[in-house]
Amino acid sequence: MAVNRLRTALGTPRKGETHELRAGLVSQYAYERKDSIQKTIMAMTLGKDVSVLFPDVLKNIATPDLDQKKLVYLYLMNYAKSHPDLCILAVNTFVQDSEDPNPLIRALAIRTMGCIRVEKMIDYMEEPLRKTLKDESPYVRKTAALCVAKLFDLNPALCIENGFLETLQEMVGDSNPMVAANSVTALAEIHEVAPETRALVVTSQMLKKMLLAMNECTEWGRITVLKTLADYRALDTKEAENICERVSPQFQHVNPAVVLAAVKTVFLHMQHIESQQLRATYLKKMAPPLVTLVSSQPEVQYVALRNIDLLLQKEPGILEKEMRVFFCKYNDPPYLKLTKLEIMVRIANSNNVDQLLAELKEYAMEVDMDFVRKAVRAIGQVAIKIEECAERAVNVLLELINTKVGYVVQEVIVVIKDIFRKYPGYEGIIPTLCSCIDDLDEPNARGSLIWIVGEYAEKISNANEILTGFVEGFNEEFTQTQLQILTAVVKLFLKKPDESQSLVQRVLQAATAENDNPDIRDRAYVYWRLLSSDPQIAKNIVLSARPQITSTIPVLPAPLLNTLLPNLSTLASVYHKPPQTFLGDGRSSALQAEALEEARENARENPIAAAAVTAAIAGGSAPQQAQSNAENLLDIDFDGSAPASMQKAPGPGASGLEGLAGTPQRVASPQVGSGGGMDDLAGMFGDAGGSGVNGGGSADDMINGFAGLGVNGGQQGSATGGEKKTNEDLLGLF
Amino acid sequence: MLSGVLLFNQKGELLIMRAFRQDMRPRLADVFRIQVISNAQIRSPILTLGSTTFSHIKNENLYIVGVSKGNVNAALVFEFLYKLAGLGKAYFGRFDEEAVKTNFVMVYELLDEILDFGYPQGTDAETLKMYITTEGVKSERALEDSSKITMQATGALSWRRDGIKYRKNEAFVDVIEDVNLLVSASGTVLRADVNGTIDMRAYLSGTPECKFGLNDKLTLGENGAGTDLSMQTSTKGGKKASKAAAGSVTLEDVSLHQCVKLSSFTNDRTISFIPPDGSFQLMTYRATENVNLPFKVHAIVNEVGKTKVEYSIGIRANYGNKLYATNVVVKIPTPLNTASTTHRASQGKAKYEPSENAIVWKIARFTGQSEYVLTAEAALSAMTTHKAWSRPPLSMQFSLLMFTSSGLLVRYLKVFEKGNYSSVKWVRYMTRAGSYEIRF
Repeated sequence: MAVNRLRTALGTPRKGETHELRAGLVSQYAYERKDSIQKTIMAMTLGKDVSVLFPDVLKNIATPDLDQKKLVYLYLMNYAKSHPDLCILAVNTFVQDSEDPNPLIRALAIRTMGCIRVEKMIDYMEEPLRKTLKDESPYVRKTAALCVAKLFDLNPALCIENGFLETLQEMVGDSNPMVAANSVTALAEIHEVAPETRALVVTSQMLKKMLLAMNECTEWGRITVLKTLADYRALDTKEAENICERVSPQFQHVNPAVVLAAVKTVFLHMQHIESQQLRATYLKKMAPPLVTLVSSQPEVQYVALRNIDLLLQKEPGILEKEMRVFFCKYNDPPYLKLTKLEIMVRIANSNNVDQLLAELKEYAMEVDMDFVRKAVRAIGQVAIKIEECAERAVNVLLELINTKVGYVVQEVIVVIKDIFRKYPGYEGIIPTLCSCIDDLDEPNARGSLIWIVGEYAEKISNANEILTGFVEGFNEEFTQTQLQILTAVVKLFLKKPDESQSLVQRVLQAATAENDNPDIRDRAYVYWRLLSSDPQIAKNIVLSARPQITSTIPVLPAPLLNTLLPNLSTLASVYHKPPQTFLGDGRSSALQAEALEEARENARENPIAAAAVTAAIAGGSAPQQAQSNAENLLDIDFDGSAPASMQKAPGPGASGLEGLAGTPQRVASPQVGSGGGMDDLAGMFGDAGGSGVNGGGSADDMINGFAGLGVNGGQQGSATGGEKKTNEDLLGLF
Repeated sequence: MLSGVLLFNQKGELLIMRAFRQDMRPRLADVFRIQVISNAQIRSPILTLGSTTFSHIKNENLYIVGVSKGNVNAALVFEFLYKLAGLGKAYFGRFDEEAVKTNFVMVYELLDEILDFGYPQGTDAETLKMYITTEGVKSERALEDSSKITMQATGALSWRRDGIKYRKNEAFVDVIEDVNLLVSASGTVLRADVNGTIDMRAYLSGTPECKFGLNDKLTLGENGAGTDLSMQTSTKGGKKASKAAAGSVTLEDVSLHQCVKLSSFTNDRTISFIPPDGSFQLMTYRATENVNLPFKVHAIVNEVGKTKVEYSIGIRANYGNKLYATNVVVKIPTPLNTASTTHRASQGKAKYEPSENAIVWKIARFTGQSEYVLTAEAALSAMTTHKAWSRPPLSMQFSLLMFTSSGLLVRYLKVFEKGNYSSVKWVRYMTRAGSYEIRF
């Protein structure tokens, strides 16, 4: 014995171990066998391949010990695929077990059978499944109901032939609420996979049954039923009212997921209620439970907050009085803090804005850089949203400049630029801004300051001096900053022609002769021509009155919002993206279609901003796509860990800076991104051998780069869409 | 729905992997380990890679991960993961790496029972304990029980089994409130609210029906929810006390245990239920109006030059002098470059904890209406770059018996059951600190 143990210890461990396990599995003592099965499962968990033991484990299947049976079943489920032939040996036991007097064993047998995905097993499943669906024990019935969904996944035809779907539909009216709920679950799953089966078509009869079952089944069952109810379109107002009335008590459920599901159901059906008053009542009823969700576990809270964000975009008024609940706690995880900030800005109004500003100032002094930046940005968003508080907000921002913390100051400058774009009369603070010129190192902040200097050149006595400083280092600047310098100097020249004649010449010289960025060169040439032909026309164009901005709070476009609302509490609502864009096939084309739609809509309303948006979308999506395609080769495709809001390119407000010069033009920074993405794609394309399309794609990009109007933005969108599609197909060949 | 569940330890070693669907492949565990556990930059609990989504929570020293495909219900997944953690705790005392390793067979069994094809099934610990036990259930012996068990696991009363008998019928009600407070540096209360829970331990025979009454104002959210809908229905409900008497409490929102009949609560605000056996959480509520703060904190913090910070913290107890709070802990943050501290407390003990960057002041017993003061000084070591101190808020912990911040009281608890049935009821109140923070 001792020698034996020694040998196991010294010898090759894996082989010895398997051997020992095998010996244990066929031991004459029951406890040794059970012990060995446990060890086998343990090895399986650790990722060791113990499939060679399959026949030995199988010998233990017929046992009165329920625990042991479960373990053997677990093993079977894992390795059935690798030993399909041997599985047949287990069939007999399964069929026997499914007729066992003990309901627990009957349920176990039918549950496990569904999980053994072996072709031969399916033929034997039919009979036991039919029996268990009609079992006297509800526990067995509810297990069998789900088993139909499993079988459908394996062999839809067999499932339909045997009429299992009809049986399930009948079972929705089962006297036991859990059986009813599981039947709904199974039907919903089948319906989703194969809509042509029309497995789950809610009739008014079924509706009644579901409403009944909902009140009595488990929390998880309620969620399924609520989801089905939410997807159902009420026939008339009366039915919608009825659903709302029956569902709204679920707001008081302790499980946040049930509450969210109930909120979704009521919110969707509410839209069909005619009585304004009744709708208002439901909206009010919804508010307290939503607030309660904010005190749940952080991860659940995160989902809830992202959903609240969506609801607020549709119904801005629901949480007006609840500002304080969204104040960040010091030890909230960062993802919560950022989401809470967004919500606070949305519910800000003239009554609570004082409180909010004080709170935001507090946040702006914390240490987490992302959070601080976002807090500063929020101050600007609130100032632009609510006119009364603009002055106080500006004062807060000035105080923040005095902290001299680099990233705070930079963000403040960007924010103040936006405030200038909305409200006149704050020119008095410009000297303070100019004093921190040396601390700025980010292109966006530098660009903002330069824009301010150019815009108010007539009021800044040393504007010439400041801009001279920038012109000297012109070639070292980022593209975005260079464009701003160019425009600012031209503005300065038009306002004070006497002082800055030489400066404007120098900058135009630098931009045309020493620079190879076509955007900058083009713009410089345009200005040069303008100035040399007729200064008055130049004035009219460059110094034309700019449109006032209305809001810098990012808002989802209405069509997107409407597709997201039916998806409340799902992943789509967390990412704020339609499901098809971040899941599975066809996402690239769907994303592009969405972007295209959005761009067209914008183009109708506001041609200048549209260009910016298109570029931003293209810039944001192209590199991402490229990346995800590359990852596709590795079978797991990356689409972004952060929710949409965090990775989305700056919205019209933030990136709109570039559209300020008075002439419609291409956006600088996002375009760089887009170009990069195109390059990537083109590169990958070359590898794949699709040279023809490649040429088309980049040519289009070139055209776009030069012309850059809203309409062309659309063109680019469609072209890249097509290109990517092929790209993906090609990759699929690998 | 869920394709699988993974459990990892802190180091990223896989402890449990249970696949529920075909699309759950073993290598996904490696993907999660690489993308989340060994990636310090991860900031979100949800990660979608391609069509696979990993949702994770952390519990003790475990990562509990739900793997799913498609556009799943994110709230449900997280709630389920927390439920799993809770079940683990109910079964093994605590749900950590050691517990999982020693009970891994049980964990598999539990997972097998509470998830089927990735859909959560019954997750009630009391019910599960009847048929998933550490001793194992022998099928012959359990035959007659099994039918009962399965009836209960699926029945409308899944939380209570039949034929419970006690010699003495007792019910204990614990009202526990967590006060959340946020006071700004200038002393204004930015946020004060109460998250309350009412826990019950019921040792009652048979299937009694309980009715529970609080001194809450009957209209939930006052002008809000009540008006239109409940006006129609309250006439049916016999017009219970139209407006509550003085000394009543406004509850912002309540969530009730699944045993409470939600429809009757919506109609006439009665909380009636058939309780599970043993302890359970009957309801949780939120109150924001008229919150009595048990402690008033007065903090003066001065940064003297770059080398020293002076503290003077005064804490006054605002409750009656017959009550006393226990385990009062005040955490006073110090700058990161604190070298040493000196402190003097009029009561309790103060100690500098370098690992927490705080002076921790503990007072074992804090009598009502008294006031204690701590004066302290932190000496700072010189730093090459001077970075402003972010001044995290001062925080407090305490527990205070027989006091509710919201003023909530249990008015009655009635137990109805056939036959002569007498029951004894006990009520206990406690107020604790939730996040009790004072900025300075």
